[in-house]
Formats: sequence, structure tokens, C-alpha cells
Amino acid sequence: MLHAAYLMPLLPLAGFVVLAALGRRLGDPWAGWLGTATVAGSFVVACVVYAGLLAKAVPQRSFVQTLFTWIPVGGLQVKSALLIDPLSMTMALFVTGVSSLIHLYSIGYMKGDRDYPKFFLYLNLFVASMLLLVLADNLLFTFVGWEGVGVCSYWLVAFWFGRDSAASAGKKAFIYNRLADVGFLIAIFLVFSKTGTLDYKGIFSHLSLIGGGTGTAICLLLFVAAAGKSAQLPLFPWLADAMEGPTPVSALIHAATMVTAGVYLMCRISPLLAHAHDAQLVVASIGAVTAFVAATIGCAQQDIKKVLAYSTVSQLGYMFLAVGLGAYEAAIFLMVAHAFFKALLFLGAGSVIHGLHDEQDLKRMGNLRRYMKLTFFTFGIGTLAIAGIPPLSGFFAKGDILDNAFARYPVLWAIGLVTAALTAYYMTRLVALAFYGDDRWRDASGGASGGHNGGAEPHEGPWVMALPLVVLAVLAFFGGVLHLPWHPSWNPLGWLGPVFGSALYEAHQSSGTQWALAIVDAVIALVGLGVAFSLWSRRAERPGLEPVVLQRAYFLDDVYDAVIGRPGQAFAQFCATVIEAKVIDGAVNGVGRLTRAAGGSLRRVQTGFVRQYALGIVLGAVVLLAWMLSRAVS
Amino acid sequence: MSLSGAWYLGLAAVVFSIGTLGLLVRRNVLVMFMCVELMLNAVNLTFVTFSRMLDDIGGQALVFFTLVVAAAEVVVGLGIVVAIFRRRRSATADDFHIMRG
Repeated sequence: MLHAAYLMPLLPLAGFVVLAALGRRLGDPWAGWLGTATVAGSFVVACVVYAGLLAKAVPQRSFVQTLFTWIPVGGLQVKSALLIDPLSMTMALFVTGVSSLIHLYSIGYMKGDRDYPKFFLYLNLFVASMLLLVLADNLLFTFVGWEGVGVCSYWLVAFWFGRDSAASAGKKAFIYNRLADVGFLIAIFLVFSKTGTLDYKGIFSHLSLIGGGTGTAICLLLFVAAAGKSAQLPLFPWLADAMEGPTPVSALIHAATMVTAGVYLMCRISPLLAHAHDAQLVVASIGAVTAFVAATIGCAQQDIKKVLAYSTVSQLGYMFLAVGLGAYEAAIFLMVAHAFFKALLFLGAGSVIHGLHDEQDLKRMGNLRRYMKLTFFTFGIGTLAIAGIPPLSGFFAKGDILDNAFARYPVLWAIGLVTAALTAYYMTRLVALAFYGDDRWRDASGGASGGHNGGAEPHEGPWVMALPLVVLAVLAFFGGVLHLPWHPSWNPLGWLGPVFGSALYEAHQSSGTQWALAIVDAVIALVGLGVAFSLWSRRAERPGLEPVVLQRAYFLDDVYDAVIGRPGQAFAQFCATVIEAKVIDGAVNGVGRLTRAAGGSLRRVQTGFVRQYALGIVLGAVVLLAWMLSRAVS
Repeated sequence: MSLSGAWYLGLAAVVFSIGTLGLLVRRNVLVMFMCVELMLNAVNLTFVTFSRMLDDIGGQALVFFTLVVAAAEVVVGLGIVVAIFRRRRSATADDFHIMRG
């Protein structure tokens, strides 16, 4: 059964090829169904491989499937191989599962779009790249998938490239990711120069060859790459702008799959990370600070998708906090739970946007619970889950991380706890603004928002959009059972343990401490929820609680603009006006002028009289002869 | 009786000088051609002489090349002269200086 693993990335890739060749002919909706079917098939294969892996004894649950030798160059032997172990299979399962649901949802959401087949083409390529990233057996092969998701994210964010904002958001996402990729590449070079191999097992069996300083450098460089892909400080602004893409893309890329790639990478290199304590501390601190900073920004955003985007950044911060602590299981737990509830929230937001005819401004929503009951219900579950209300999945996942933080770095735990309160606050604010209060969308109909057609009541989408919401709501609700505390006998995520081995950190606390921490988590989530609900359910305008500094995300974009953008533009301007006009053009024109001048003075030699030329030749011959004779004599 | 090589070389030098002088002072294109031929054949003579003196067949072989090239040159040159003469009714070299730079 394990040998079917190669089908996982291959099926979506085949879907991509077929759609590239025949997409236009298939059209709406068959192109969408084809894309969905390939990804769902991939999910089925993942389930089969998962079952095959579970059937094996615990120490044998790691399997390398070599497809072919990709780069055989002297000492560098890079194989195109898949590594099937509990970690990669957990990722593959939820990536394919959530992607199938999002594909299904997109069939309804993208209906009538001009480039309908192209959308599914990109989505399929994206899923294939993501699976390659997750299943790859060596750093370079992972990098291929890493770049693949990067370029698909660019295409998908800029999907509606007719809009300037979408086109530049795509570029922004791509450039931030490319910047971070430099770290990945240098890390690959370093690893190869030290160990002479790139596949994970080889690297981890040669850990002694990597010195302490180099190990820290490699981990930090890979973390730079991870911070770019997973939108951590200081590289997160692209994720908020990436919301310009169609909503299913936001759900797929910017919630469930691509942004978790960074966390996955850090988990994958856990044996290396375990030896680099400084790097661990950096990862944990940046994670905690990002979680807090992004949560505060999320409290003041007006765009429903931007709130969710910053919430994603914040949750990813939690995951990095867990990775930095060495609590990889907790990180994966939150990643899976997050994939469920964040995909649910994004798809719910998409449902709202769809129902209101492309309205994304929270201040122009309100009272939607009357009109969109299913969306309200499922979105509510997602909100409670992310806010960490027991007994939903978010409570257990976040609690797991906070417990570990409490045991290892109490300061980071405190930051995480405040962030948890903020999380509950901004999510409840979103729900209160969108689903409670007055029908503000009625007044807005005549306003500037382009796609709004006044008067029509908000409505639910077709069943293909409703079904994923329900499935994800169930998963978000019950996701916590994957890793319940207090019940060591029932722990499906525990199968990850052997992957991390000694690198795994698990806090061993008394059950009293655990209960106390759990109660603190729950209370603080409820406080955040209560405060937000009482503040925002009746009034939509509270300027005091939405300071400009938070609305503009701490002016990070402006800072980058001032520090990098403007000097860059000034330099480009300098190159255009001075270097290009004066130096380059000057050199070209100077050569031309010199040639003309030389020609002008030399042309007088050409008199046109043949006998004069002959005289010249004779005189020249005489001079040459005289010179040679003089040399011969002396 | 046989003359020493120096005589032949001297004759070649004289012929070459006559040719050169003729080329420089005569204006008629046909005469200039003849002068060029004189120069070429003077050189051929030195080739053959040196070939005999040094007992090396290379010099004589080279003469054939010179002859062929000279023949070809005359063909082209005379063709041009005839073409010009048809137009301009003149075979004076100094009349043709339209290529002046």
C-alpha cells in the first residue's frame, strides 16, 4: 500500500496537465469537477498510505520511495524521492483533505468567472507542489515544492490581475517569498558543504559534522525562509495584501496549507534544531512576538479578510512558539486544528462576501445572522474554536502550546496568554460586526462599493459551498480529540513522537497545574469574547478602539517603503537619469563621435588617383626594405 | 657557358625597377598593366633563380601560382578597363578619381 505514495503528488499534477491542455474545452463547471476529483483522489491515496503506515510496527514507520536520480553530479547525488513518515503523512492528509473541500467550494464560488479553468489549473499545481514540499526526501526536492507553492501563490493572489491592487499584491507576495528563499538556498549550501548530502536521514546521521555555530546558522537561515513563507515578523505584510486573491485561495494558501510550510520545515529539521538552542530561542521569541503583534493589528482591521489574515499570522506565531520550545507535536496539533477552523472561517467569509455581492467591509455588513443562518452557525463554530473556548479544537491546541511555554519560558507564556485574549476579542468583534447589529449593508448599497447591487437580500451559496462549511465545522469542533490532555491512552497525534525522538520537548506538569492553566485559558478567552461582544454587537463605530497605528499595521509598510522602497526608487532614478543617460549613452555616443572625427580627417588620404596609391605602396615597401636592411646590417 | 645567379638577380632588379617606375609615371591604364606584369615577372625570375641556387623546387612551384594569379588579375583588370573605356572614351588613370574621399 505504501508504494502508492507517488500518486499523491502525481494526481494533482496530472490534473494540472489535463487542465492546461483541455481546460478551456472543459469549461465551467467540468474543469472544476476534474480538479476536485484529482485532489480528492490524492486524499484517498493519502488515507490508504496512512492506513499502510499504521499497520506497521512503530520503529518501521519511515519509508523512502525513490522515483529516480535527479541530479547525479560527482559527490552531489540528489534523488527524487518521497519520505513517508508520520510527520509527512499528517501534513499530506490534512493538505489533501482541506484542499479537496476548498476545491469543491471553489466550484460554486468561482462560477461564472472568465478564467474559471485557469483557476483550477493553478489550484491543482499548487496542491501538487505542496505535496512535493511535504513528502520530499531531501532539502533540494523540498525546495522545488517550496518554489512551486511560491509561484502558484503569486499567480493565485494576482488572479484578478486586471485590478492594480491584486497585481501588486501578487508581486509583493512573490518578492517577500523570494527574499526569504535566499535563506533557504544558503542553508542548503551550508548543509551540503558540511555533510556532503542533502537527504534528511543523511543529514541527521551526520549531525556531528555540523559544528555548533554552523548548526545555528543553518537553523536561522531556514527560519528566515520559514518566516517568509509563514509570514512572521518582519516579513508578514505580504499575507494581508494577499487577500486580494479570490477567497478560496485565501482559505487554501493563506490559512490551511502554504503558510504552514514554514512550520513544517522547522519540524522536519527538528534533530538539527534540537542542537541549536540559540536558534530555538530566536524562533520561539519571534513566534510569540509575531502572535501578539498580529493579534493587535487584527483588532482594528475593517476588511473581513484582513482580520482573518492577521489572525492567521498570529496563529502561525503560536506554532513557531511551539517549535521554538521543542514542542513539535503541539505545533502540528495547532497546525491541523488551524487548518480546519481557519479554512472554515475563510470559506465562511467567502460565503458572506458572495452573499453580499463582493462586499468585504465589516462596517457595511451587520445582522447577517437573519439571512445566512448556515454561514452564521458554521462561522460561529470556527470563531469559538479559534478563540479557544472549550471544548472546541482551538482550546486544546492552544492550551497544549501554552502549557509547554509555561513550563519552559514563562515570559513567552504571558505573551501567548495576552494574545489568546486578543484572539477571542478580534474574532468576536468580527462576528458581532458581521452578524449582529443593524442591516448596515442596506444603506451601503448606493455607496462607492462597486459590485454591490442594491436591495437584493444576502443569500446562501449553492450546496457545493455549503457542504465544505459543514464538514469543516464538524472538524473544527471535534478536532481537539486528536490530542487530548489527561488521556495518554487516546492520542492519535502521538504517533508523531518517534519522528522527533529526543528533540521533542514535553512539559510534565501535575494535573493540578494543567487544570489551572486550562481554566486560565478558558477564562481569558471568555473575557475577550465577552468584552468584544458587549462593545461591538450594537455599535459599529468606535474610533478610539481602532487607532490608526493598528489599522495601518504599525506602519510597517510605510517603514519598508521609506527604508527600502524609496531609496531603491531613488537609486533607480539615479541609474536612469545619470548612469544610463550620461555614462552608458555617453560611452556609446562618444565612440560614435570619435569614429566620425577619425573618419573625417582620414578620408583626405583617399584621393581617388590610382597612381598616388601606387606611390604610397612603393614608398612603404622602400621604407620596410630599408628598415630590414638596416637590421640585417647591424 | 653558364652565368652566375647574381646576373639573373641583377636583371630581375632592373626589370622590377623599370616596372615600378613605369607604373608611377605612365598614365595610360594599359601601359600601367604592362608595368605590373613586368614587376611580377621580375619577381618570378628571382624565384626561379633562387630555386636553382638553393636547389629547392619550392621557388619554381610558386611561380606557377604567380602566373595564375597574374592571368586572373589581367582578366579582371582588362574587363574593368574595357567597361570604363566604353563609358568614358578614355584610358587615362588620372581621369578616374570619382572615388575621392
